[in-house]
Amino acid sequence: MQENTDKIRDFIISNFLFDTEETPLENDTSFLEQGIIDSTGVLELVEWLEETFSIKVTDEELIPENLDSVNRLSRFIARKTS
Amino acid sequence: MSGVAGYFNIQAAPKGSLRSLEQMVWSLRHRGPDGFGFFQDDLTGLGRAHLCTTEPEIGLQPLCNEDQTVWVAADGEIYNHTDLRSQLVQKGHRFAGDSDMEVLVHLYEEKDVNFLSELNGQYAIALYDTRKQVLLLARDRMGICPLFYCCHGGSCYFASEMKAVFAADRSVPCQINSQVLQDIFTFWSPVGADTIFTGVEQVQPGHFVEVSRQGISQQRPYWHLTYAEEPVDPVSEEELAEELQTLLTDAVRLRLQAHVPIGAYLSGGLDSSVVTALIRRCSAHPLSTFAVAFEDAVYDERQKQLRVSKHLQTEHEQIVCRYADIARCFPRVIFHTETPILRTAPAPLFLLSGLARKRGCPVILSGEGADEIFGGYDLFKEAKVRAFISVQPDSACRAMLLKRLYPYLALSPTRSASFAKQFFATTVHPESDLFYAHQPRWKNGRFLIGFLSDALTADDYSPLEKMRGFVASSMHGQDFFTRAQYVESRLLLPNYLLSSQGDRMTMAHSVAGRYPFLDHRVVEFAARVPGRLKMKGLQEKYLLKKAMRGLLPAATVQRKKQPYLAPDIPSFFGGAVPPYVEHLLSPGYLNTTGLFKPAMVTNLVGKCRAGSRQGFRENMALVGILSTQSLYEQFVENRLTDCPESLGKTKKIIQM
Repeated sequence: MQENTDKIRDFIISNFLFDTEETPLENDTSFLEQGIIDSTGVLELVEWLEETFSIKVTDEELIPENLDSVNRLSRFIARKTS
Repeated sequence: MSGVAGYFNIQAAPKGSLRSLEQMVWSLRHRGPDGFGFFQDDLTGLGRAHLCTTEPEIGLQPLCNEDQTVWVAADGEIYNHTDLRSQLVQKGHRFAGDSDMEVLVHLYEEKDVNFLSELNGQYAIALYDTRKQVLLLARDRMGICPLFYCCHGGSCYFASEMKAVFAADRSVPCQINSQVLQDIFTFWSPVGADTIFTGVEQVQPGHFVEVSRQGISQQRPYWHLTYAEEPVDPVSEEELAEELQTLLTDAVRLRLQAHVPIGAYLSGGLDSSVVTALIRRCSAHPLSTFAVAFEDAVYDERQKQLRVSKHLQTEHEQIVCRYADIARCFPRVIFHTETPILRTAPAPLFLLSGLARKRGCPVILSGEGADEIFGGYDLFKEAKVRAFISVQPDSACRAMLLKRLYPYLALSPTRSASFAKQFFATTVHPESDLFYAHQPRWKNGRFLIGFLSDALTADDYSPLEKMRGFVASSMHGQDFFTRAQYVESRLLLPNYLLSSQGDRMTMAHSVAGRYPFLDHRVVEFAARVPGRLKMKGLQEKYLLKKAMRGLLPAATVQRKKQPYLAPDIPSFFGGAVPPYVEHLLSPGYLNTTGLFKPAMVTNLVGKCRAGSRQGFRENMALVGILSTQSLYEQFVENRLTDCPESLGKTKKIIQM
């Protein structure tokens, strides 16, 4: 779980924030509310999830409850890979 | 069209003033390669680079009235000059030649500054009244022709393009305005009279400014875009559609006056097809049409273009744009836009005007403006959908409508309806936000501004507050659909679309663009049409389509709008990365300009190199940063100093 959390953090920071020093990212921060990811970014995120964790994300699963923070993502991956 | 430039001596004349004028006009020679003309007296210098369109060669400017007390240098065309001329002749005015612009000096004698309201056309006018010792700078109602000015060292310099102001005198400072850069990164364009360069302003569309020994006046409007209340008596749709067809036909007819061959841009979409169809109706001459095609099928519209061309029997030709073509011409594009851009869309249009010129068409008609005035943009549709959902935010049925937006995009923001709902802020009430329609798009600004260096963003500056100050008073009491049209028509149309994609790209190859939808009579008509007839349900440009039924293939009228897009990041990173891109985005050069955070840009570049899918924001950030760096290199770091001793094509010099 911790390993996944780190992977997710690395991906979000390098891929969406670009700025590693100045934008602190809490694990509960909402990506959408904070403007970290826009709605096209969500699809980028899904592609990465599917590739990195060898899972398939259905359209029904594309909801903020699953994807909208580091912790939510981490729990979602845990469920999908268990 | 042409290039105008000059100065007014408020406290002092520029040193070596004729040379100054020559340097200015020389820098605009792409706008007017057919001859240069100059006027000078103790107070004022006027210069013009001439492009032969309607005027025979005797129409070289500057021009004057009968007793040589009023002088004018102007860019553009006055389409109702024939009517104006006969009225003026009746009043006893004597004309020296055939130029359409000669009406300006005589009409000014009759009406003073009020003469501007009589004009139908596209123009940037510098008119000098020697008796009053006043220089008047004025711009057409919709902002088709550009006009900039800057005060420095006791002189006011003005020109069609900013490069001429910097060419006038090496001591005119050239600095990037960090607040305007934030505006552009938020709205895609500067706001109001601002430009990207500190101290340089533009005359706003439908405005004029007076320069005298006392200094420069405030900009004053001579025309307002006002949206009328919905008529109480329902006017029949058929009547309105008929009126629109008559008006548009006349707008096209007026724009076919020329001594040179006229062509048309034909994108395959509705607006350019409308213009082309009406040209065919007004004229029996063979018609050349030109279009942009893309090697990347995602952007390509060739089949649709050919369908219309075949239907209207035009001689059609296209340029096929590859990624590398866009990358190759990009620095030239920025030389002409003179401002940062967030999309590469101007680049193919730069190449297209090159083709039109090569084929002997120095004048083209084009469909710009229809989306703004007749409700064509997806943004209007998006706002309508959001407003519809906001009435019952929890309705799953209503949210499904979001999926109808942007079906043509590979990375559609609406694939995930649940995220889209949040992104499009569907719980916000349309009347609670002045910029309801634009807010989702402008939210990206915060992300882009994040790339700017700390030094540039140190002050507590808010682009949104500036925008509010600029438009709020004109938008109060209007519904969200009308407010969105106002922002598009008064801000993005002149400051981005007509400049970076319009005038600057056509004039880069000495081609004059003419825009029938921007005839002010058509614009005023559209402002009277109720919003529900512009976009009926979610059907965009409903009334325009109705007006044009029968003149175009049914498939062209019925097709869903596909906005004009060009590849952004792939143009630069889809193959071998051009050396200039490596240089402009290198940490070293980023440190030199001091505009962006080098580490962040390096991360973004890394992502671009990896070739993964990119969202809107990354594409806008990359093009925005690259264009700003290129602008710095070409304007701030290296100034134009290529003016020869003799201009060669000087045909008229008047010194008084």
